[in-house]
Amino acid sequence: MKKSELKKKRVFTVMITAFACIAAVLFLMPTVLTVANSFMTSSEISANYGAMYGNMTSDTKTYISEDVNLKFIPDKVSAGQYESVLFKNPEYLFKFWNSVILTVPITLFQVIVALLASYGFARYEGKVKSIIFFSYIILMIMPYQVTLVPNFLVADKFNLLDTRWAVILPGIFSPFSVFLLTKVMKRIPLSYIEAAKLDGANEIQILAGICVPLCKGPIVSVIMLVFIDCWNMVEQPLVLLGDVDMHPLSVFLSQINTGDIGLAFAVGVVYMVPTVLMFLYGEEYLAEGITCSGGIKG
Amino acid sequence: MIKRSKFISGKKREKLFSDFCIMPGFAGVLAFYFIPFCIVIYYSLVNNPVMHEFVGLDNFRALLKNNAFLTAAKNTAVFSATAVPLSLILSLGLAVMLEKSIPGKSLFRTFFLSPLMVPTASVVLVWQVLFHNHGTINQIIELLGGQPVDWLKSAHGQIVIVCMFLWKNLGYNMILFISALCAIPGDILEVAELEGAGAFYKFFHIKLRYLSPTLLFVMILSLINSFKIFREVYLLTGDYPYDRLYMLQHFMNNTFNSLDYQKLSSAAVVFAAVMIVIIAVLMLIENKYGKDVEC
Repeated sequence: MKKSELKKKRVFTVMITAFACIAAVLFLMPTVLTVANSFMTSSEISANYGAMYGNMTSDTKTYISEDVNLKFIPDKVSAGQYESVLFKNPEYLFKFWNSVILTVPITLFQVIVALLASYGFARYEGKVKSIIFFSYIILMIMPYQVTLVPNFLVADKFNLLDTRWAVILPGIFSPFSVFLLTKVMKRIPLSYIEAAKLDGANEIQILAGICVPLCKGPIVSVIMLVFIDCWNMVEQPLVLLGDVDMHPLSVFLSQINTGDIGLAFAVGVVYMVPTVLMFLYGEEYLAEGITCSGGIKG
Repeated sequence: MIKRSKFISGKKREKLFSDFCIMPGFAGVLAFYFIPFCIVIYYSLVNNPVMHEFVGLDNFRALLKNNAFLTAAKNTAVFSATAVPLSLILSLGLAVMLEKSIPGKSLFRTFFLSPLMVPTASVVLVWQVLFHNHGTINQIIELLGGQPVDWLKSAHGQIVIVCMFLWKNLGYNMILFISALCAIPGDILEVAELEGAGAFYKFFHIKLRYLSPTLLFVMILSLINSFKIFREVYLLTGDYPYDRLYMLQHFMNNTFNSLDYQKLSSAAVVFAAVMIVIIAVLMLIENKYGKDVEC
């Protein structure tokens, strides 16, 4: 009896593990495929995927398969794609730079503003403040389809349209990080702050010397979440930046996918490098920060 | 360091400082979101930004007769109504699965979370290869003797974007569920077990109730994220996708291009109102359902 139960349990564990493995493969596959394909030669790419774009037949010498052949392993490992992306086609690097100068200021200033605000919300509660905080929550649930209209009006009014400020400034005041950091700050035991005050610390010292170090994990995770979201932006540049030269790579990649298919995988990989590095560095923090964000009321 | 003022007492100074802290952020939110949104509401009620003639609800009536808006709203609603519940169920499933003792748990967690860090633009090509008319999925279907479908240019497009949405968002939701599952008091589950409760009873009558605040939060989060599916659709199919993939953001973009302020602002107001109603209803339901458990 006992033995059979044990066996049943073991079978169950094996089944769950097998299922988890299948799920893991599915989750990893698109990323792994992108990386693997980025090491193919351009001709191999067009031979395999040329069928997706009928107009690629201009080069009659290369063989183009009628079907789209998904390939995991390149015939010949080559850095050719990377070479053309990094050295021969500067426009990709320009777009990459566009992404950087939109994303870095938004992330940096959003976190600074949010740190101050969350300290303010967590330290003293009042009627006005809770109303303001509630308005932040309302704003947080508003999708871009709603918020872009006011953003656009302001940008239009102050002649910021088609400048990077039109994207950066509203981005800085996006309420998500305020919400998350306030929840984290509220968890800091009051006794720590009281003790610091007894030792003669002023408010700025309490914020910079106690609250910020105690919230290091969530702060790192907010930086990552905000960065990843901005790095991925599509809606804002399309509406607020009419000038295609200013578009970040996240938008521009949709156009290269139909043209320079021979490089697209390498561009994709280059584009994910910053976020992947962040993820590898801070995955623990990320999970912790996500955990802190749970519950809209708490 | 700030010089200590001797004129205001400590408590008051602290309060002032905390007020001062939220000022920069709140000023920005007022300037870029709230005040212009009031103007948006105003625009939705007048005939045009030059004449400022009050027309009541005419703009809304025109909007609700606009075919492009109706298509976009319907597609977006259908997408959210499928993607959000699916992502709730599947991510909860993943969380429960990782709660069991299986080897390499944290590795699995990393794998499931990894799509979060991959920009949509980077992997969009792989999705195209998979779902192209002559693509991998169709080849598999043919191999199995089925009828291939042109995924991106047919009504099946919705399935593709639901898959992409789930791929990207399940990991995040799963983490939220894992931490909520850990927080359920163990003694309650033990008591239930002693009383002879089975796994199903424990899950549906105890765990789910304790999870209800997290369920609400994940639902709201997924709902917000579901409106970002435009990114995937845009990167896959561009400005003018197949009819069934025409999302609200497409409609907004086209309206931005034509600078039709009335349409834009009335659409934004309608959408904002719908969001507030949905969230309020969800919160009410959660309040009722999770009332007798405290977290």
